[in-house]
Amino acid sequence: MSDLETPGLVDTPAPTSEDRELYLDLYRQMLLIRRFEEKVHDLFLRGQVYGSTHLCIGMEAVGVGVISALGDGDRVACTYRGHGHVLALGSSPVGLMAELMGRSIGTCGARAGSMNVVDLEHRLIGCFGIVGGSLAAATGAGLSLKRTGDVAVAFFGDGTANQAYFHECINFAKVLSLPVVYVCENNQYGEFTPTDDVTPGGILARPQAIGVPSERVDGQDVWATRAAGQRAVERARAGDGPVFIEAFTYRYSDHGRGDPVKYRPDGEMERWRLRDPIVLARARLADELGVAEDELDRVASAVESELERVTNEALESPHPEPDPRATEYAA
Amino acid sequence: MAKADFKRGIWEALDEELARDEDVIFFGEDVAHAGGVFQATAGLAERHGPERVFDTPISELALSSAAFGSGATGLRPIIEIMFADFIALAMDSLINQSAKYWYLSNEQKSIPLTVRATVGGGGQFGAIHSQIPIPWLQGIPGLKVVAPATPFDAKAMLKASIRDDNPVVFFEHKRLYPVKGELGGPDDVVPLGSATVVREGSDLTVITAMKGVQDSLQAAEGLAERGIDVEIVDLRSFRPIDAETIAASAEKTGRVLVVEEGPRTGGWAGEVLAVVTEEALGYLDDAWRLTMPDLPLPYSPPLEKAFLPGADAITDAILTRAGIRAPA
Repeated sequence: MSDLETPGLVDTPAPTSEDRELYLDLYRQMLLIRRFEEKVHDLFLRGQVYGSTHLCIGMEAVGVGVISALGDGDRVACTYRGHGHVLALGSSPVGLMAELMGRSIGTCGARAGSMNVVDLEHRLIGCFGIVGGSLAAATGAGLSLKRTGDVAVAFFGDGTANQAYFHECINFAKVLSLPVVYVCENNQYGEFTPTDDVTPGGILARPQAIGVPSERVDGQDVWATRAAGQRAVERARAGDGPVFIEAFTYRYSDHGRGDPVKYRPDGEMERWRLRDPIVLARARLADELGVAEDELDRVASAVESELERVTNEALESPHPEPDPRATEYAA
Repeated sequence: MAKADFKRGIWEALDEELARDEDVIFFGEDVAHAGGVFQATAGLAERHGPERVFDTPISELALSSAAFGSGATGLRPIIEIMFADFIALAMDSLINQSAKYWYLSNEQKSIPLTVRATVGGGGQFGAIHSQIPIPWLQGIPGLKVVAPATPFDAKAMLKASIRDDNPVVFFEHKRLYPVKGELGGPDDVVPLGSATVVREGSDLTVITAMKGVQDSLQAAEGLAERGIDVEIVDLRSFRPIDAETIAASAEKTGRVLVVEEGPRTGGWAGEVLAVVTEEALGYLDDAWRLTMPDLPLPYSPPLEKAFLPGADAITDAILTRAGIRAPA
């Protein structure tokens, strides 16, 4: 299933006029993430971002839409492809950029790097470098949040559907009726391998088999991802246990450093780019909510300026000094 | 102080800490309704309610996951891994998530979880229900790894583990469950990271843990009759390790035997000997270890017994090394 002509996709709700400010902001967030990721790639090629980076270009609508449906007490865990989610949660773009650049003002003092960012103040339990780690964090958080009426959300990729974390954690949450929303970002490839080649029966059938309410949504349309997030969060908050969303999306970038990018059929990328989440949102804002082109352009140029400031601040900050007082334990 | 068995010490620690702190929760396979396969946790669910003490699927990775995630978001979870061998299934969340969280998050939060797990041979449970997997965990910064030898420590160290803000793996040797002794009160806790001298002696130090402490005490009595005065250190904590107590005893006696119930290569005895040589080399006349062979623990009683470093093996090791007894 490598395109969107897939049975089971839920219809996108028509936007209302009250949605104007909200969706303009979601559009802005997606643009910020896109430009941020492009800048990260650029800095990576220039040797200013180290190790490995995993970009979410093309997938912005999933995190932005679902996170827009969350409340202040809800918590989120995501993957090593998590920059977009971190930004959507309101975490400091300068802090994140500096973290990736190994600078002392990084969100985690540059101890964590791209794959392991934590920002509890902004509802982020963490990004996790092991496939499936986010399910652990969110499932456990479900035990805490059950007490407060809040919800935990795990974002993870399609490859996770074959991990023990996936099966054990979703089952655990179902058995204990935990308020967890599992969001699978199906970007069609696990590293370099097509998802369909290694996921017999599909992903959605797996949570469905154990009675977890599950739906597939168009992950390119932020209206659809937000609506799915709202439905899922409401249901999980009601105490009926976990909910599962499979968001169909596409990763334009390579998997990460070392990806030969020889696995995509001709024309596939182009078909997906026709439904680019940012292009789509811009069109809907203009066509359905009557937002003028110049207003959309102003949003875009404000994002450009912000990103320039973010990058410069990060670039100007120092690398950290080794800390001889660092301890392995909390006192 | 009341006299009770080691297992009762575990129960009282759980009961008191569940009563003391609303954020403490306890879960695992068959720990609630059934009261645990060793009946160490009977009645806790009734006393503290099903929201705080509950059964889970047989799903060790989900257990460690749930402990990590709940620990990251305000609770103080205790999980039971029925046999410590099963920790292999729970490792990722424990090692790559919980243990690293404090440092990688730049000290935003540590994970205050406790893993309880039974360890040890001698019950013919076979190779995969008898291991003491301390070496799997000892090299992980951010984890604490402890194992008591007495009923008093079982209670006081478990209470300290639950109150600790870091992830702690707490091992309970199955052969110690029926051992009787004094139990402390609600406020008695033993600081994690401290070893203790359980028998003073002048000729030789035995550093050991768990059942090895009892076995060494028994061996020491026989050796005393032959004029060999053995000092015994109960290590109790494998990470962090109490280098000070180890070094002080090594300096005092100049001879150190480390007794570990576990395979030789890469075992914790090697780490203790590293401390001994780094900290007390100039005082040493001898330092060596008694362990199991580098093989999985066999099932059949005579085979199993031959593998385990009990009191006779400890006596033999010391007399042989001293040249008093010919090697077997």
